[in-house]
Amino acid sequence: MTATPLAQDDPVLRLCNITKRFGALTANDGISFDLARGEVMALLGENGAGKTTLMNILFGHYSADDGSVEVFGQTLPPGQPGAALRAGVGMVHQHFTLADNMTVLDNILLGTESLWKFGLGRGAARARVAALSRDFGLEVDPDAVIAALSVGERQRVEILKALYRDARILILDEPTAVLTPQETDALFDTLRRAVALGLSVIFISHKLHEVMAISTRVLVLRHGRLVGAVATQDTDRHKLAEMMVGAEIIPPAPSKATPGVPLLMLNRVTTAGLRDVSLTLRAGQITGLAGVSGNGQGALADLLSGLAVPRAGTLEIAGDTVTDWTPRRAIAAGIGRIPEDRHKTGTIADFTLTENAILETYADIPNSRYGWMDWRGAEQRAEAIIAQYDIRCPGPGTRIRLLSGGNMQKLILGRVLEESPRVILANQPVRGLDIGAVTYVQNQLLNARDSGAAVLLISEDLDEILTLSDVIHVISEGRLSPAFPRGTMKPADLGQWMAGQGFEYAA
Amino acid sequence: MRLEAIANPTLARSIGLPVLALVATFVVGGMLAMLAGANPLLTFGLILKGAAGSKFALLETLNRATPLIFTGLAVAVAFRARLWNIGAEAQLYAGALVTILIGTKLALPGVVLIPLMGIGALVAGGLVLLGPVLLKTRLGVDEVVTTLLLNFIMLLVISMLLEGPLKDPMGMGWPKSEAIPRDARLPRLVEGLRLHWGFGIAILSAIVVWVIQTRTTLGYEIRAVGLNAAAARFAGIPVGKVMIKTALLSGGLAALAGFSEVAGLRGTLTLDLSPGFGYTGIVVAMLALLNPLGVVVSAIFVAGIFVGADGMSRAAEVPTYIADILLATALLFMVLAILLTKFRVLRG
Amino acid sequence: MNEIVDILISASFWAAILRIASPLIFATMGELICERAGVLNLGIEGIMVMGAFAGWIAVYAGLPLWGGVAVAMLSGMAFGLIHAVLTVPFGLSQHVVGIGITLIATSSAYYAYRLSLPEVTSPPRIEPFQPVDIPGLSDIPFIGTALFSQTPLTYFAFFTVLVVAFVLYRTPLGLALRAVGENPSAVEAQGLSVTALRMGAVIVGSGLMAVGGAFLTLSAFSSFFFEMVNGRGWICIALVVFGAWSPSKAMMGALLFAGFDALQVRLQQTSFGAMVPYQVFLMIPYILSILALVLMSRRANVPAALMVPYNRGER
Repeated sequence: MTATPLAQDDPVLRLCNITKRFGALTANDGISFDLARGEVMALLGENGAGKTTLMNILFGHYSADDGSVEVFGQTLPPGQPGAALRAGVGMVHQHFTLADNMTVLDNILLGTESLWKFGLGRGAARARVAALSRDFGLEVDPDAVIAALSVGERQRVEILKALYRDARILILDEPTAVLTPQETDALFDTLRRAVALGLSVIFISHKLHEVMAISTRVLVLRHGRLVGAVATQDTDRHKLAEMMVGAEIIPPAPSKATPGVPLLMLNRVTTAGLRDVSLTLRAGQITGLAGVSGNGQGALADLLSGLAVPRAGTLEIAGDTVTDWTPRRAIAAGIGRIPEDRHKTGTIADFTLTENAILETYADIPNSRYGWMDWRGAEQRAEAIIAQYDIRCPGPGTRIRLLSGGNMQKLILGRVLEESPRVILANQPVRGLDIGAVTYVQNQLLNARDSGAAVLLISEDLDEILTLSDVIHVISEGRLSPAFPRGTMKPADLGQWMAGQGFEYAA
Repeated sequence: MRLEAIANPTLARSIGLPVLALVATFVVGGMLAMLAGANPLLTFGLILKGAAGSKFALLETLNRATPLIFTGLAVAVAFRARLWNIGAEAQLYAGALVTILIGTKLALPGVVLIPLMGIGALVAGGLVLLGPVLLKTRLGVDEVVTTLLLNFIMLLVISMLLEGPLKDPMGMGWPKSEAIPRDARLPRLVEGLRLHWGFGIAILSAIVVWVIQTRTTLGYEIRAVGLNAAAARFAGIPVGKVMIKTALLSGGLAALAGFSEVAGLRGTLTLDLSPGFGYTGIVVAMLALLNPLGVVVSAIFVAGIFVGADGMSRAAEVPTYIADILLATALLFMVLAILLTKFRVLRG
Repeated sequence: MNEIVDILISASFWAAILRIASPLIFATMGELICERAGVLNLGIEGIMVMGAFAGWIAVYAGLPLWGGVAVAMLSGMAFGLIHAVLTVPFGLSQHVVGIGITLIATSSAYYAYRLSLPEVTSPPRIEPFQPVDIPGLSDIPFIGTALFSQTPLTYFAFFTVLVVAFVLYRTPLGLALRAVGENPSAVEAQGLSVTALRMGAVIVGSGLMAVGGAFLTLSAFSSFFFEMVNGRGWICIALVVFGAWSPSKAMMGALLFAGFDALQVRLQQTSFGAMVPYQVFLMIPYILSILALVLMSRRANVPAALMVPYNRGER
């Protein structure tokens, strides 16, 4: 793999003064660091701190404006995807890069052989994958089709892909975001085995307790700059948080809730992704829904949004069973919906702020009358939202595509809250936002709760659920756990439920 | 290479690039003319002369533009909603067929027949597109292929009818329908000028479509569905219904082309009523950037090229198909130019 | 009814199925390759016209028949290249570009035809591919005449299916092609170029479509006519869907389709056929295509990234 033999303590990876600008924005500003053999280095930073850009440069997806990348003493040619792979760097992306229609084995084999080779040699490959699975504790059926695998299994395939290519450096981007606490422990076990075998690991995260648990050293990025590099044993969560944000983090401290009447009830509802689910959302209360992604959160959100109808069971709003259930009915019934994906379902990228602000109310006065648009009325509404929710933009005529994620989310929030909804469905409301926007959105949800709304908060971030929720349910394979009041469950207990344990007993 | 969105494109960029696209088109056309052994400038001069060199030529161009305005509007309306209606040809013939049926089978005075034929055509065209759209919204069948295939089916249906029940007994064996009565023809727009009211109706339709798109909730819904159907559905816009309304409007507009050609120009129905007006409507709409008022301008431009090329090929040894190549080239260059007004190309 | 039985037991009927299926198989394989890589190629109709013309004019100009096939393929690849550049790196609408390619390829073929033969009223004929008997197999009664006395291009069509299936499922290249149509970032993450794979697929696929067109002039009709492709390209797009993006199933679809086509031609000549307008028979292929699309709509395993352009670094 290397031309010149390396001394045991030479760095395996060295980034030198990496700088990358996008227009006026400097995404990476003179970043340098070394990675040693057998260490787990955590790369910590908020969304937008420049972690992803840095990895894209390392993998040749972008070429840096300045600086160099050395792997095992050899400089990588800039802007050539594949060079890092061939040099022995493997990446496990946050969004899995797997072809769902192919088997595990085929995904692992993809790109490992010359394209013009005759035949695949699946037999030998299968044996090697089996050996790697055993050595690293990554159990998965090589002949299973990806589409049939759980999220945790898919992540194992991603790691196997890297190991199969003889990666000596493993980079994992937010690997625990999609795992249960127990799966996270298993992942950490795999990483420890890898390090013991002489591999090096870069662990990208913003979860402080995990960084403290797995890493030997922590680098902190903020606004594209490297602002700190410390040995893990010499620091603590508090100091890291301050370094990451540049100021002390004050998590929202919810006051005690005063739950009121039930506003929305599901009675033994079954849909395409839900199995016999009963749920009560009460006024003045935040109900948290914890679970590994893809276990029915989307189905529940679709149901409350009006995109799906119960196959069995009933949905009651303020005591009335709904029929002929559509998104429009849901809005009319007073459900405010913050969708999971603000780019794909929350907004229309090429619409202006005004047009996006009236997406759910365009058919009502003052936005239109008798089928005729009143653009002046619509614009006034947009201006009111922009002012009240502090949306940074050139004006209501700006295409929303040009706004940051945080400002986009504020527009959605404003659009929803301006209608004074009785029930709020907040599906991953802070995913991908920076700390400032996260705090803003969370406080708005708490305010809505305090003024009497029933809030359903869906999140994969257990910390967020534990901080904000007055009551917690866990969802697993479309089934809902009993309600756990605030303070009765520890993360590990919820993890048991997230892994699907306890449901049979409860049922 | 990578594409990066430009926040505020300069005026030079947003106007210069489309102009460049047209220039490039004519460079390609010039090379084709040279391939035929003709002088490019002379060829373009002849095309211009043939299209607008005389009052007669200009009126011919406007006459030819009339069906193209209708099919261009049909495509522009549909594409806005990301409904890929490639079946304007079939809808045009459906409109022509209904026009003939009403015009020749109902013994009514012209003042009654004309609006009846127009409305009949409008409905027929809408219904022809409704099928593929229902297949799309209900079953997820791609409408591109179904609307394309319907073009072939519709032409065979017309052929069958023209050789059967609709055949003109006085037609000397040609597959041709009976003519609609004189007083049911569209009158001339201006007395003495060979330009019928179909052109007037086309202009009015363009204005109506423009008003619908910019001033009504339906226009807002259509744009929302076209730009992001998932977000539109989530926001409570009834996507299926909007698609159906779009289909009825689009199909109806295309059918008006058939109505206007039969009632305004030909008087009868034959199998060569449309030399591909439906397909050319796609080029017209794209060159107009799907803007209904722009469709009028681009239809006249496209018609001018066709009419001009006819005149040119009589004088020079360049085949008329150069017009089709020019327009297809313009289409491709234009979509590329429009992209580059919004994105810049980066390396690496 | 007896007439139908007569048709079904005649070897010439079965031979005709293979002959009618051949151009469809070439073009369907071409479209399938494009779509497996994530690109819908609506240029197919025009590329077939261009292939029909280019192959024929090359042979007319003196090239051997296989030279004509090669010229046709190159002409198709040239238009495929334009399609690929516009839809892959630039990510333009595959619908609009495809229609544009069909318009430009068709009109270019017609323009070139008029340029090369300005005076003729009916196109000159060439000496087309002749049936070749496969030694041994062609002597089998009935089956031999039905299946093993075809022109070389027909054998080549079926060989193409084998090659496409082998490449797709048994080679690293096929793995990459299937992956790039499903999730391009999977391909990118493994160090392969999404752009190169997709462009390559569109170019090669377009070459095959053009060979499908050339079959019409070099093997079936021996002359070039306007409108001779007559919607076959669109039918092939329906066949790809019908075949659920699998080469073998798409081939079966093409054969089934050709079967109906061969049957309708023969039914027209029966006493029953005389009672029905001939247009009804001509409509059958188009109606069957729509039915095929409707039938498969619920269970087609369409490549997940079909028609989704890929912009590097963007997630």
